[in-house]
Amino acid sequence: MYSLEHKKFLKKIKTTSILVHTVQIVIIVAIIAVWQIAADNEWINTFIYSSPRAILGTIGDLYQDGTLFHHIGVTFYEVILSFILGTIIGVVTASILWRFKFLSRVVDPYLTILNSLPKVSLGPVIIIIAGAGVKSIILMALFISVIVTVINVHQAFISTDSNKIKLLESFKATKSQIFFKLIWPSNFRNMVSTFKVNLGLVFIGVIMGEFLVSKAGVGYLIMYGSQVFNLNLVMTGIIILAIMASLMYYLIVFFEHKYQK
Amino acid sequence: MPKNEIILKIKDIKKTYHTKKNEILAVDNFSFNLKNGEFVAIVGPSGCGKSTILSILCGLEEASSGTIEMDDNLKFGYMLQSDNLFEWRTIYKNCLLGLEIKSLKDKEHLDYVNKLLKTYGLEEFKNAYPSNLSGGMRQRVSLIRTLATKPDVLLLDEPFSALDQETRLAVSDDVYKIIKRENKSAIMVTHDIGEAVSMADRVIVLSDRPSVIKNIYEIKIEDRKNPIENRQTKEFAKYYNLIWKDIGYHVQSGT
Ligand SMILES: Nc1ncnc2c1ncn2[C@@H]1O[C@H](COP(=O)(O)OP(=O)(O)O)[C@@H](O)[C@H]1O
Ligand SMILES: [Mg+2]
Repeated sequence: MYSLEHKKFLKKIKTTSILVHTVQIVIIVAIIAVWQIAADNEWINTFIYSSPRAILGTIGDLYQDGTLFHHIGVTFYEVILSFILGTIIGVVTASILWRFKFLSRVVDPYLTILNSLPKVSLGPVIIIIAGAGVKSIILMALFISVIVTVINVHQAFISTDSNKIKLLESFKATKSQIFFKLIWPSNFRNMVSTFKVNLGLVFIGVIMGEFLVSKAGVGYLIMYGSQVFNLNLVMTGIIILAIMASLMYYLIVFFEHKYQK
Repeated sequence: MPKNEIILKIKDIKKTYHTKKNEILAVDNFSFNLKNGEFVAIVGPSGCGKSTILSILCGLEEASSGTIEMDDNLKFGYMLQSDNLFEWRTIYKNCLLGLEIKSLKDKEHLDYVNKLLKTYGLEEFKNAYPSNLSGGMRQRVSLIRTLATKPDVLLLDEPFSALDQETRLAVSDDVYKIIKRENKSAIMVTHDIGEAVSMADRVIVLSDRPSVIKNIYEIKIEDRKNPIENRQTKEFAKYYNLIWKDIGYHVQSGT
């Protein structure tokens, strides 16, 4: 049984959390309402800034001619594929660098340079190498996400508690035993935060890639809209991206909770 | 192996560490013999090279010169300062770590681990995680993990220094009993004179770095019992003062 004071305390936490959620909802509703009112009264140029109703209309149109979920699906597919590939390539590379210290010292400056290079600049090169298609988009996303993954995961690997390594060595453990019994499991939890960053970067990469080459996807929708001066379409694309981003964010948070128990 | 037979002969061990800036002579001409079933404590100021000696014995570091003579089958078990339990493994799985690495997970060893857990009051925590255990219990788990591979000689590196004073006395008593009951020889490194005198049959006193042996005391306590009780004896006070002078004198001359 909880004491009265504890009950009060719990109630206060709950009230605060309800309040936070309420304010969050009020803010988004207010933004949409003000936007719509400003559009109705022509305080803003609806040709440039569009309006919630027009965006809803555009989404409806896209849904009706069957392309809405096609574009979302294409982008989603590219994001997931690049995310999986990027994570695997990044983690495997980081593991190899952990295993071979000499190699990690050799490649260190190259990683640093590649990391600070604005990856968009590679766009034209990527198109020439991989052609104007999905391959280029995924390559773009990989360029953006893999380097950061390698650097973060390798950093986590080499900061593993040296006393625990010593313990394993006192049992005469091999390098691979140290990796699979200690390095990997002890870092697995922190890896989720790397995945979060990674997903965000892959998303950026995919949209950037779609700007450059694509024939479908939400990035394509935005690019096409701007080319034909249909800014309704541009705004709609941005809103769809925001919704996709928040969905993916909650997906990761869900996995985080599941695996950190 | 018969009791009191010499199982380990260490002769003129020297160890120099090389770093970019300089070389550090950590251990100089260290020699001693360990008898079967004996509990030896090595005391000395911190940084004098005690851990280095243990690392050399169990093969983590190579001596710069000197010889170690022992039976090829002699097995060491290293117990480090912090318990180093793996938080993501249950207590039972932690105890099996050494066995997994040495591919010794057979019935004989598993039974032994289960017996140890039962005897030393950890059976009900088998499936708990380390974060649910007190510092003293964690240290006991760490000892069982070391014992699981059935070593002949235990190397204990300041095994209680991470514990607070009260738990420290209780846990050292615990660990002592376990080591004696399992019939192990042990070399324990510490900078706590009381711990050394109350637990060991023999105390080796090291000087400041580079550590050379200043003195070796045979601890003769007439009515020898467990560490906590040994602390009450008049011999304890005598040895404590002798060793304290050995180390204290050196600190003075050093400054
Ligand atoms: N890997 C190493 N590289 C360089 N110097 C070391 C290394 N390990 C220990 N030392 C140095 O050797 C000396 C003895 O260390 P250590 O054996 O850990 O002392 P103790 O255990 O008695 O405190 C210290 O001065 C320490 O700085
Ligand atoms: Mg030490």
